[in-house]
Formats: sequence, C-alpha cells, structure tokens
Amino acid sequence: MAETIKQRRRERIDRGVKVRSASIYALNSMEEISYLLAPRLLLTCGFLFMPLVLSPWPYWGRVGLSICILALLSISFDFLANYVGLVSLGGAFFYGVGGYISAILNTELGLPPALAIMAATILGAIVCTVALLPCLPLRGIYFAIVTLMYPLLMIRLIEAFDILGGTEGFRGIDGFSSFWTEQYGLILGLLAALFALRRFVNTDAGLVVRAVKDNDQSVRASGISVTGTKAKAVFLASLTGCFAGAYYIHMYSNVGISSFALDLSIMPIAATIIGGSGTLVGPVIGAAILVPLSELLRDFGSLRIVVYALVLTGFVVFRSEGLMNFLTRKYQQIERWVDIR
Amino acid sequence: MFYDILVYGFIQSLALVLMAFGFSLVYGVSRLPNFAHGAIYVLTGFVAWIFFNQAGLPYFVSAVLAIIAAGLLGVLIYYLILKRVRGMEVSEVIATYAIGLALLEGLRYMGFRGGTYTLPPAVDGVSFIFDVPVDHQRIFLVVLGFTMLATIWLLTRYTRIGRALKGVAQDERAAMMLGIDSDVTAAMAVALGSMLSGVAALIIFPLGSLVVEEGYKVLIYAIAVCVVGGLGSWAGTVMAAFVLGYSQYITVAYGKPHFQMVVMLCAIIATLIIRPSGFFGKQKQLQERV
Amino acid sequence: MTQRTTEPILEINSVSMHFGGVKALNNVSLTVNRGDVVGIIGPNGSGKTTLINCITGFLKPTLGSIAFHGRDITGKKPHKVADMGINRTFQVMRPYFTMPAYKNLVIPLSSPRAKRIGGWRGGGRHGDRNTVAVDILEELGFERDSRVPYKLAGTLPTGYLKRLELGRCLAMRPELLICDEVFSGLSASEISSLVPLIEKLNAQGITMIMVEHRLVELFRVANRVMALSYGEKITEGQPQEVINHPKVREAYLGSEEDF
Repeated sequence: MAETIKQRRRERIDRGVKVRSASIYALNSMEEISYLLAPRLLLTCGFLFMPLVLSPWPYWGRVGLSICILALLSISFDFLANYVGLVSLGGAFFYGVGGYISAILNTELGLPPALAIMAATILGAIVCTVALLPCLPLRGIYFAIVTLMYPLLMIRLIEAFDILGGTEGFRGIDGFSSFWTEQYGLILGLLAALFALRRFVNTDAGLVVRAVKDNDQSVRASGISVTGTKAKAVFLASLTGCFAGAYYIHMYSNVGISSFALDLSIMPIAATIIGGSGTLVGPVIGAAILVPLSELLRDFGSLRIVVYALVLTGFVVFRSEGLMNFLTRKYQQIERWVDIR
Repeated sequence: MFYDILVYGFIQSLALVLMAFGFSLVYGVSRLPNFAHGAIYVLTGFVAWIFFNQAGLPYFVSAVLAIIAAGLLGVLIYYLILKRVRGMEVSEVIATYAIGLALLEGLRYMGFRGGTYTLPPAVDGVSFIFDVPVDHQRIFLVVLGFTMLATIWLLTRYTRIGRALKGVAQDERAAMMLGIDSDVTAAMAVALGSMLSGVAALIIFPLGSLVVEEGYKVLIYAIAVCVVGGLGSWAGTVMAAFVLGYSQYITVAYGKPHFQMVVMLCAIIATLIIRPSGFFGKQKQLQERV
Repeated sequence: MTQRTTEPILEINSVSMHFGGVKALNNVSLTVNRGDVVGIIGPNGSGKTTLINCITGFLKPTLGSIAFHGRDITGKKPHKVADMGINRTFQVMRPYFTMPAYKNLVIPLSSPRAKRIGGWRGGGRHGDRNTVAVDILEELGFERDSRVPYKLAGTLPTGYLKRLELGRCLAMRPELLICDEVFSGLSASEISSLVPLIEKLNAQGITMIMVEHRLVELFRVANRVMALSYGEKITEGQPQEVINHPKVREAYLGSEEDF
C-alpha cells in the first residue's frame, strides 16, 4: 500500500461563552465570569497600579502619562474611523484646540487646572464640532484630506497673524498640585473615556452611528439625519481629543504651535492600526507599545519617526487587523491541529 | 509691480503645474492618492546631488539617473505597498503617507538638513521680460513645463501606452476587459508620476536650496492644486495651478511670505466644503458627497 | 380590501427631472389617494426609480412640485421626508450588511418618527426595540425558531433581503410605502407569499406606490396603474385599461411573455 501523505489543518473552535443573548444574561459559573473579566481587570488594574509602580522614577511616570495621552487621541481616531466611517487625519486639531482653550482659561481667567480642563474639554469639543460641521458630508479620502489640513492651517494662521501668543504660545500655565493628582486624574479620564465609548457603541444610539458607516442612504431613508448623527459622533470624539490636549498642557505648563503638529495626527493612527482597528481597546495597547518604543529611540532623533512610519506601513499592508483583533481571536477560540484523512 | 506680478505669477503657476502634475496623473489614471509624492520629489533632488557631488558624474547624467531612480522607486512603492491595499482608499493614503514620512525623516537623519545642499541651475544668466529681470533657470522652467504638458498630451493621444493609461483613467473595468493589465498600468502611472515629480524637483531646487521640509510643502501644494482643479482632472490641474499660482504670488507681494501656505490650505478646505469635485474640469455625479 | 377614499395623500404636479441634457422625467403628474395601491410600470430607463427618488427627497426635481397631505415637500431632505411618513425600499437592496437582521430594524425603530408614533422608546440597556424588531421580522416570514432574524444581514439570500427592506420601512410606521421592485429577483413561490402580505399591509391602512416589472402580481394588488415611457406619462387608470392601451403595448413589445 502506498503511504498516505499526512496532512494537517488548523481547526478553530469558539469557546462559546455567551454573555448575553437577546435578553438573557447567561453567566453560570465562576470560571466563565473570570474568563470574561480577566482581560478587563488586567487592563484596568494595570493602569490603576501604574503610578504606584512608577512613582520612584518621575521621568517614567511622565512616560506613563504620555501613553494615556496618546491612548486618548487614538481612541478618538478609532471611534471616528471605525465606528462612524470618518477617517480624520487631523487628530492634532482636537488636541490643539483643547490645549489652547485650557491655556487661555487658566492664564487669562485664572481658572484652576481641574476646572480649566473640564471647561476646555467641553468648549473645545463644541468648537471642533462646529469647525468640522461643513465637512461632514464629505466621505473617504476627501474627509481625510480636509481634516489633515485643519491643524496645519491653525499653525500657519497663528504664525501669520501672530495671534494666540504667536510662535511662542502661552507659558506659565498652572500645573497640578501633586504627582498623584496628575497621575490619577488622567488615568481615570482615560478609563472613563474608554469604557463610556465602548458602552455607547453598543447602545441603540451607538448602533445608529455604526449604521452610518455601514450604509448612510438607508439611515437617511429611516428618517434619521446623517449629518446630525455624524456631528454627535464628532462631538464625542473631540471631547476625548480635547481632554487629552487640555491635560497635557497643564502637565508641561506651556502650549505652543507644536500642539497642532503633524506627529499628533500620525501617532494616534499608528497606535490604532498597530493595536487593532475598531476595538477601542486596541488603540490603548498600541499606545502602550509605541510610547515606550519612541522613548527608547529618543536619542536617535528623527530615526524615531522613520521607525514608526515603517512599522505603521508594515501593519497597514501586512497585518491590518492589528494586535487586539489577533489576541481576541486567540483568546476566544481554541485552535488545534487536526489530521486530514 | 504689475509686470512683476504678471511674470513671476506665471512662473510660480508653471512651477505649481510641475509640482502637482505627477500627483494628478497617478490619481487620474489609477485613483491612487500618492502621498509619498513630496518625499519622492525631495529624494530625487538628493539623489541627483549625490551623483553629482559625491560620484562626480556630469550634471546631466546625474539628473537622468536620479529621474530613473524616482521611477523605479515608484514601481517599488506600487508593487510592495499600493497593490496590496488597493481599493481601500484610506489605507492607501496612510500607507503612502507613512512611506513618505519615513523617506523624508530618513534623509533628515542621514544628515541632509539645513541650507547647505544646492543643485546647480541647468542654465545661467538673466534676461528682461517687460523690464522684469528673470533668470534663465526660471525661463527654462516655463519652457520645460509647457514641453511636459505637450508631451503628456501627445503621449496619451498617439502612443499605445498613453492610450492604455487614458483608457484605465476613464473606466478601469472596461479597460481590463479589453486586455489592459490594470496592475501594469497603475505601476506605470505611479512610476511616471514619480518621474514627473523628480523632473520638477531638478528644475525647481536650483532656485533655492535642498531641504527636507520642501517635501511636506510640495505635497500640500500638489494636493491643493489637484483638489481645486478636481482630483483626477488633468485640465483642471493646469487651470487651478494658474489660479493658485497668481493668488500665491499676489499675497506674497502684498503680505507676508507666511500667507503662501495659508492660501493653499484655505483653498483646499474651501474647495472641499463648497464643491468637492473641484472648480475646473468635468463635473461628475458626486459620489464623494452624500 | 380597504375602503378606497378620494382624499389625496400625495400630489405630484408636473415634475420634470433633467440630468444635463437627458430628460429622465418630463412633466409627470400623479395623485395618490389614501388607501390606494398605485402601480407604476414602464420599460427599463423610463424614469420610475427617478420619480421615487424625487418623491423621497433623494433627488430634487428640476421643475414641478410634490405635496404630501397638502404640504409642499419638493426638495426636502430625505430624512425629513421619511420622518413625515413616506418610506421607501431600495431597488438595489441596502441592508446594514455587518449587523444581524433584527438590528437592521432597530435603527429605524430608534428614529425620531418611530419614537414619536410607535412609542418604542426602548427601556433598559437594549430596550424592547430588539423584541419589536424580531416581532416585525417574524410577521414578514423570518422564522424565529430557526434563528433567521439573528443571522448577519450579509449572509441572507435575496428573498429575505427584500423582506428586510420592507421590514425597515414598516418599523417606521409609514403612511405611504413606496416599494421599488420588491418582486424582482424573487422566485414564484416567494412572490406568492409576498402578495398576501402586501394586501394585509394595505388593509391596515398603508397607502402604497409599487414600481414593478412583474405585471401579473402587481395587478393582483394594485387598484390604479400609471405607465411611464422615456420619462413621459403615457396613461393612467384601471389596470385593465392601462394594459390594453396601445402605447403601453408598444412600449412593452419586446416583453410580451410578461403578460
């Protein structure tokens, strides 16, 4: 008898834990509960304990905060791009607007940092939404191009008209009272934004937002204003972005045109694509990888940008699902090799 | 002052045509937004500089070699990157932009920065047009700009390759059914676009100095011209270049040089808001706007 | 069948739609009364879908006006028109492919109109909109027991997608339902299951406009028919009159077997 060639294939089986079906909450064993909670707890506790671990090294504490800032911007990008279908290449616009408003509120009106940040988050989101309102009917590459131009235009306008402190920007902005308030204020902000948005996209209102991405004509035929829905979504995304910008300038006590810099638009995209698009958690993971990486490459100047531009290209072209989607699959499915007879 | 604006505005417009035409060509033929356009522009300049100054080749030879290198880079970018993400517009933008960023920042890291690098002009001397002094390199720019436009026009009219490009531009699927390989034409379009931006670089760089920042500027100028003229419309590109070229020169003549960029950025934003398919060229059924 | 009335619900007054030099619609007028089922027939490219797009606000007519309940709706935004109670299906089906079928209905159920009229406010985290959605789908023949309503819309066959389109409109509680070729692409048995459904909807008081190529089935439900050809209205009247009209015969000459 001829020897049969042994062939194998990989079989994937869902673990089959259903948290909720249509209306039933089905959780019946500790094992399943912990299986579902473990990744969420790991992330939350990781961020909550980060300041405790990093407190002896203030420099790395700041790096931890940079992760949070980038994570917030990336969540904002991911939400807009993968849930609403608006790919914004101008994350820096949200960031800069939030930063500048908070700086003005603090230096001119004397609001304390906490209040200034909160006010700047909301005011900034309103400003950003109004500014982007005329562009909302655009799609695809057209929206991407127009949003790419917004922060660049802000830089040039500030330079050309010497407004908002000109190229110097604002200095002497109040910082936070202690290391711990600075750390936990931002970390709680990040966790709140993350879980709030994750919850939102699963509500009926969130479903409408996702429907706009899927098929805007049908949404329109269902008597729902597409532009209005997009505007709401942009408001949510810019809340997140403005908060990041406002918080950051209080950490470093100054704000300048670099708040609108291109890096701030590109880094969140890189973090999102590496971390996993359309997951909201992925961008946080992406940020947690990119920021330390770029700290390690700090001495190499612009080589840093080269490295993450190449990593970004690599992920876009070869691994567009990103880490989070990959990990979720590994976590939720059992894989095994099966002989083919 | 009037003649000054007339002459230099004209030159500026032709420079914009040169900068933007490569981008417009690639988008027109294959709907590929080549955001690495500016990086290729700068890279060609530096490659020519290396051939000329380090390898000691004659200027003409190094220029030709640099342009060929730009073309090869275009083919490489197409087959390694664009081909794999084709049809996903946003991935195309992000991937090409990231490659451009890597190229430009790579050049910066390798030490090409500051105003120390210059390319020699192809022709020397100064002439007077309407009593306005114009150096010969700028006249060369105008002549070459027109030659390029004429060549492209003839190419798409009378050669097999050119007609294939034009066919794909009009209807890619129909062209594929007629036996035109869309991958090959797209790669050719990207290569041709890159070579055009290389040519532009070699003519425009001698007027100033070789700097990395120029890459970002050229990309935005190219986008501005193409958006105002209508993405993918070649005639629109030329007309928009003249409108923007003159308005740029006028704002510089009466305002600060900072306004040059402001004009371009405002033009992009305003066009996309008011009329996303551009102000010139054919109006198509708008798909980009709901 | 329901009592037909003479109370006009939709009035189309000499609407023309030009695309560049092409006259897709030329001076078309039509009045739809409450309770009517009006059929619109005509060969391909005769402007049927264009007319629907004009009524529902997806296109703004070049000339003419359209009134709903006596209020001018010409050139109103599509979502405003839908909000007033004119709901349409698309000829090329447009479900939300990435969502389960019943979630496709949760979106119209979350619209301002459905909240106002249907009273489906949705309580709790997912509310009862999901339940309502599944109920509507079940009525349309999505077997709940075999979990069809929970399948991804992208995986459903055409027959279900057509009914999903209908369901999306029904969730809006329409006053005027416009069906753009719901029968095309369906098998005979699927159509025969859809006809009673349409009769039932009409009996519930929903006025309907149906654009159709399948004349036999259309004439079972329609009480009035308008024929279009090259953007012009040829005739209008009782189904039998229209079909025997010489110009209609002429326009349909290539497709006699449809009769």
